[in-house]
Amino acid sequence: MSTPVYAVENLVIDLYTPTISVRAVDGVSFEVHAGETLAVVGESGSGKTVMTLGPLGLLPEGVADDLKGIAKVDGRNLVEMSAAELSSIRGKDFGVIFQDPMSALNPMLKIGPQIAEQAARYANAGGENAKREAVSLLARTGIPDPQDRYDRYPHELSGGMLQRAMIALALASKPRVLIADEPTTALDATVQAQILALIRQIQKEDGLAVVLITHDIGAVSALADRIIVLYAGQIVEDGNADDVLTNPVHPYTRGLLASVPDFRSPTASGAREIPGLPPNQTKLEPGCRFAPRCALVQDKCRVKRPTLEHIGGGEHPRMVACPVVLTVEGLRS
Amino acid sequence: MTDSAPAISATGLKVHFKTARGLVRAVDGVDLEIAQGAFHGIVGESGCGKTTLARAVVGLQNATEGKVSILGRDRAEWQSADRKDFARTVQFIFQDPLGSMSRRQTVAQTLAEPLQIHGLGNAAARAARIQELLSLVALPESVLDRLPRSLSGGQRQRVSIARALALNPKILVCDEPLSALDVSVRAQIVNLFAKLREQLGLTIVIVAHDLAIVREVCTDVTVMYLGKIAEQGVARALFDAPAHPYSQALLSAVPSPNPRIEKNRPRVLLTGDPPSPLNPPKGCRFSTRCPVAIDRCHFEEPALKTAPHGGQAACHLVDATTRPVLETQAA
Repeated sequence: MSTPVYAVENLVIDLYTPTISVRAVDGVSFEVHAGETLAVVGESGSGKTVMTLGPLGLLPEGVADDLKGIAKVDGRNLVEMSAAELSSIRGKDFGVIFQDPMSALNPMLKIGPQIAEQAARYANAGGENAKREAVSLLARTGIPDPQDRYDRYPHELSGGMLQRAMIALALASKPRVLIADEPTTALDATVQAQILALIRQIQKEDGLAVVLITHDIGAVSALADRIIVLYAGQIVEDGNADDVLTNPVHPYTRGLLASVPDFRSPTASGAREIPGLPPNQTKLEPGCRFAPRCALVQDKCRVKRPTLEHIGGGEHPRMVACPVVLTVEGLRS
Repeated sequence: MTDSAPAISATGLKVHFKTARGLVRAVDGVDLEIAQGAFHGIVGESGCGKTTLARAVVGLQNATEGKVSILGRDRAEWQSADRKDFARTVQFIFQDPLGSMSRRQTVAQTLAEPLQIHGLGNAAARAARIQELLSLVALPESVLDRLPRSLSGGQRQRVSIARALALNPKILVCDEPLSALDVSVRAQIVNLFAKLREQLGLTIVIVAHDLAIVREVCTDVTVMYLGKIAEQGVARALFDAPAHPYSQALLSAVPSPNPRIEKNRPRVLLTGDPPSPLNPPKGCRFSTRCPVAIDRCHFEEPALKTAPHGGQAACHLVDATTRPVLETQAA
C-alpha cells in the first residue's frame, strides 16, 4: 500500500477549562491515503472533532489542550510544531470544510477575494491569476454565474451556495487532505445530496485524501472507503466502509447502526435503541467504556480496557476492540 | 367536541410576516386534516413553513387568515373562552428542550408547575403524578433534583415530554423534537413517542426533517414546499409511490446507511436551492426547480387533488390514476 498522506499514531488529547479536565481523545491511531475517504463516526462528545481538528490547532478558543502522540504529514509531526510552522502547513496541506460556512468565511469581505487570497498565499497564484483561479474554483464547485458571485458578500448567498463557496475556499491552496467536519448536517435534504455529490466528484478529480467527520450514517455510506468508529475518545472499530456498515462487529457499532432506520429498506421492527447514555468523560472508569450500555458485557470488561485486535483475513484489514465478541463469535484471525 | 371530529383541521390557513425586506408568506393557504389517534409527520426543507404551521395550529402563532379547529371546536374561540381547558387538551414540544425550560427550576419543579397552575391534586397526589410521568418517559428518580443544564440532551427531551404529558393531553404537537439529539438517543425518543401514542391514545403531530424516521413511525405525512402543501397521504403509500415531483426529489435525496444500496441506487438530483418565501415563484412554487414542468406550471398554481396513492398532491401532472415519474441518474 502507498504511504499515507496523513498518519496519526497514539494521539492523546486532554482538554482543560478552568473547572474541568477531559481526556477527549485517548490513544487513537489512523492513517489516510491519497484518493481515499476515511469517515470518523461517533456521537457528540465521542472526540471525533477534537481528534481531527486538535492536531491542526483548530480547537475553539478558550479551551486549553494538551496533545501527545504523532500526527504526521510529509514526515513532520504536527504535534511538535510551533504555532507559526503549524499555520503554514495547515493552510497548505489541509483544506477544512466546516458545518457552518460562516465559521470559514469572513462576513465583511466579498467571497471571491477571500478565495483569491488563499490561492495567492499557498498556490503561488499572484494578482490576476489568483482572481482567475478563484472564479474557476467557484465554477468548479457548481456556483452559477461565478464572475458575478465573486463580488458578492457571504450574506447574499443561500446556504447551499455558501457551502459550495467554502469548499472552493478549502480547495484554493490545493490541499492534499480535505477535512470535512459535519459538512451536510446543517443543510436541507435536497441540498445535502448535491454537496455529497460535489465532494465525491472533487475527490475523484483531485485524488484528495478526505477525512469525513460525521454522525450521519447516510453521508458515510455515500462517501466513505474506510470507517473508524469512535466511542468516548477511543476507536472501537476500524475497517472497510462496506464491511463495517453491512457487518458491524463491535457491540457499539452494531447498536449505533441498528438505531438508524434505512429509508430505502424500511423494516417493521422500527428503530432499535442503545440503552443508556455515553459516559461522562471527566470521570472515566477503568475497563471498556461501552460496558455500562453493552448487552454482551462480562466481568472482565469492567476491569481491563480492550485493545484493537485484527480480525478476518482478507485484503482489507479490520480491527475491533472487543475481546468478548471476538471470542464468542470466533472472529480472531 | 365529538368523537368522530378530526383531532386537528385547518382551512385556508395563512401566516404572513411583515419584515423589512417584504412580506414573508411562511404559510400560504394550507388545508389540513389530522384524524384522532394519528401519528402525523410534517416534512419539508427549511423555510417551507412546517414549524410555523405547527405553531399556528396550537395558537403559538397568530394566523393571518383561515381557521383551525381542534376536535371540532374552533381553536381561537376555545383559547379565549378557556385557555386552561385548551392547554389540558393540546400540548406543544419545542425543538430545543433547554430553551423551553427554566434554567433555574429543577426537574421536579418543572414537572410540578403545570399541575399547580391547573390546581390538580394536593402535594401528595402531585408527587405521585410526577413519579408516574417519570416512569412514562423512563427517567430515573434521581433526575428530580437536577437542573436542565446538568442533563443530557436525551434526558432533557424526556423531561419536556413528561411536562407536556402532565395534564393528560389528547394531542401532542412537536417541533423537530429529534433534531438536537444524537443518533442512538433519537431512536430512544422515537420509540418513546410510539409507545406513548399507543399507551395513552394520543394524537401526535411531529415536524421533522429526518424522513427515514418519519417513514418508520408515522401513519400519515404532509410534504410542504414554500408555505404550501405539495402532497399528503398515508405515510406508507406516499413513501412507496410519491406523486409530486418535489416529494420524489426530496425522498430520493435521503441516503441509505447501507453502502451497497447507496452506491448503486439511481437518484434524482435537483438543481438550485429552494427559492425565498419572500418572493415565491409564480404558478406552481416548485416550477423553477421541477424537471418535468410544463408551460402551464409557470403561471397557474395547482390545487391539491387526489393522487394514485389515495392521498392528494398539488401538481398539474397528477390525477387519480397517473403521476409523473422523474428521471433518475446513476450514482
